[in-house]
Amino acid sequence: MTRRVLWMLRDSWVEAERHLRIIPRNIELLIFAAIQPIMFLVLFVYVFGGSIVIPGFDDYDQFLMPGIFAQTLVFGSAFTGIGLADDLQKGLVDRLRSLPMSRSAVIIGRTVSDLVRNLFTFAVMIAVALAIGFRFTGGAWNAVVATVLLVLFSYALSWVQAIIGLSVTSVEAANSAGFIWMFPLTFVSSAFVDPSTMPGWLRTVADANPFTLVTDAARALYNGNPVGNDAWWSLAWSVGLIAVFSALATRKFSRSTSG
Amino acid sequence: MPTTPAVEMRGVVKRFGETLALDGVNLSVPTGAVYGLLGPNGAGKTTSVRVLTTLLTPDAGEARIDGIDVVADPHAVRRRIGLTGQYAAVEERLTARENLDYVGRLFHLPRSQVRQRASDLLERFDLADAADRVVKGFSGGMRRRLDIAMSLIAEPSVLFLDEPTTGLDPRSRLGMWDVIAELAADGTTVLLTTQYLEEADRLAEQIVVIDHGRVIAEGTPEQLKARIGGALLSVRIARPENRDRALGALTPLCTGPVDVSPDDVAFSAPIIAGDGVVPGVIRALDDVGVDVLDVEVRKPSLDDVFLALTGHTASSEEES
Ligand SMILES: Nc1ncnc2c1ncn2[C@@H]1O[C@H](COP(=O)(O)OP(=O)(O)OP(=O)(O)O)[C@@H](O)[C@H]1O
Ligand SMILES: [Mg+2]
Repeated sequence: MTRRVLWMLRDSWVEAERHLRIIPRNIELLIFAAIQPIMFLVLFVYVFGGSIVIPGFDDYDQFLMPGIFAQTLVFGSAFTGIGLADDLQKGLVDRLRSLPMSRSAVIIGRTVSDLVRNLFTFAVMIAVALAIGFRFTGGAWNAVVATVLLVLFSYALSWVQAIIGLSVTSVEAANSAGFIWMFPLTFVSSAFVDPSTMPGWLRTVADANPFTLVTDAARALYNGNPVGNDAWWSLAWSVGLIAVFSALATRKFSRSTSG
Repeated sequence: MPTTPAVEMRGVVKRFGETLALDGVNLSVPTGAVYGLLGPNGAGKTTSVRVLTTLLTPDAGEARIDGIDVVADPHAVRRRIGLTGQYAAVEERLTARENLDYVGRLFHLPRSQVRQRASDLLERFDLADAADRVVKGFSGGMRRRLDIAMSLIAEPSVLFLDEPTTGLDPRSRLGMWDVIAELAADGTTVLLTTQYLEEADRLAEQIVVIDHGRVIAEGTPEQLKARIGGALLSVRIARPENRDRALGALTPLCTGPVDVSPDDVAFSAPIIAGDGVVPGVIRALDDVGVDVLDVEVRKPSLDDVFLALTGHTASSEEES
């Protein structure tokens, strides 16, 4: 049993290393991955910044930017599905499944390396946010906790994306299927506006959306506002999603073949 | 005591929805042999390989590698096999050496052994010069060679090659044939699939012909050729209206059914080769007043074998 766990960790590392090695060889991709969220940040702040007033926030930027951080991290999870679809299409999944390696390692390695890449994007975005006036008014410790909550939620969604990537037959389909639900997930939430301004049914959806919960928790922590149980709930959501979807994704992987 | 075959399938059935991809396949490859699984598109070659390499679970029947059941103990099977799939499964963004290193480590081989073996394989597969280049820029032949090298990193006892030369230019194909012939000479058990009759003829000591998920014939290339009577007669006549008379004259001379072309002037049929066959054919046609343009007796190709066995040529079948 411990031997199996050890193997799983080793195989996961070999797999993660494959992806991590490639990152510095594709600086272009990394730069473009960082440009998009920066663009979002700047556009939202300067286009909407002046016109939206959120009760309880003197400054819309302090409300908005944590929402964009959350959205960016969640969008980043789509890389997992796209990468796996690519491996599947290229026949690499067949090869890996014919090796005497741990079944879950391929997706663990992939999600972990995607996480590293998302952290890089996140760091660049934070730097830009600070440059245009964002402040961690809740202090460093709270900011770290907030970031961990966001990153963990994004990591959980990358397991959902893994299933999508292994279910579709092309990289293009993985791209569409991976992003399409991210828009309602992140917009019908508290990320950009207060849900109480939404029409009734939409508001119900926004309130029930776990992304709202995670965003609220992170926002409260970044701004030093009372966070209540939101932090625990968002932790519970992430852990729950990881538990369920890692089992499902590994099962899916064990049955996937190309063509 | 019969020894355990390296590869064995017994009554393997695999269904994909409505499609019966494998309809009771039986196969037995002795250790050290090179077998060719020959069949047209959709015959079930890849599905057979996927069952044997633990990628698909059969719906019925059994498959074993070195006596180990692929369903009961897939992990032990995976330790013994090497798989080169129908499409080169390489990580394009890594170098050739990194690809070998990657797979070797996933086999849990010691690092130093992986390094040594990777260097040997790069040398052997003529990739030493390109070893530290990213695979993205490789030609099809180079990718295929790297792909096979990756399947060999852990010195598998059985190697599966699914259409190893499909998509390669003629020169790379010849190179690949040399590589496979060398593996065979080293004593690796190889099961290769191909749509090319010439390829099976050249590489495999035993050919298993598969069509619509069933094994329809098995034997050495010579045995398969012998099944259609040793030689093949082709005749061209001058006028299509003489079709029936020509058919009547040819049939008693041949060892199998006579195939007539749609324009009623070309005939082909298996025949026993020997002295006097050509004059005999000309005389028989002359006796019934048929003008002959051309008579030819040639050794059959495996294409002819396929036609005789299945009623269609291996290459002309697209649908089904
Ligand atoms: N994953 C799948 N889902 C549905 N049908 C499948 C699947 N894999 C194979 N088939 C079908 O099973 C049959 C056998 O396919 P298989 O891939 O084994 O043929 P093949 O002999 O390898 O052909 P080719 O020369 O084209 O590679 C075909 O009719 C194919 O369409
Ligand atoms: Mg095939």
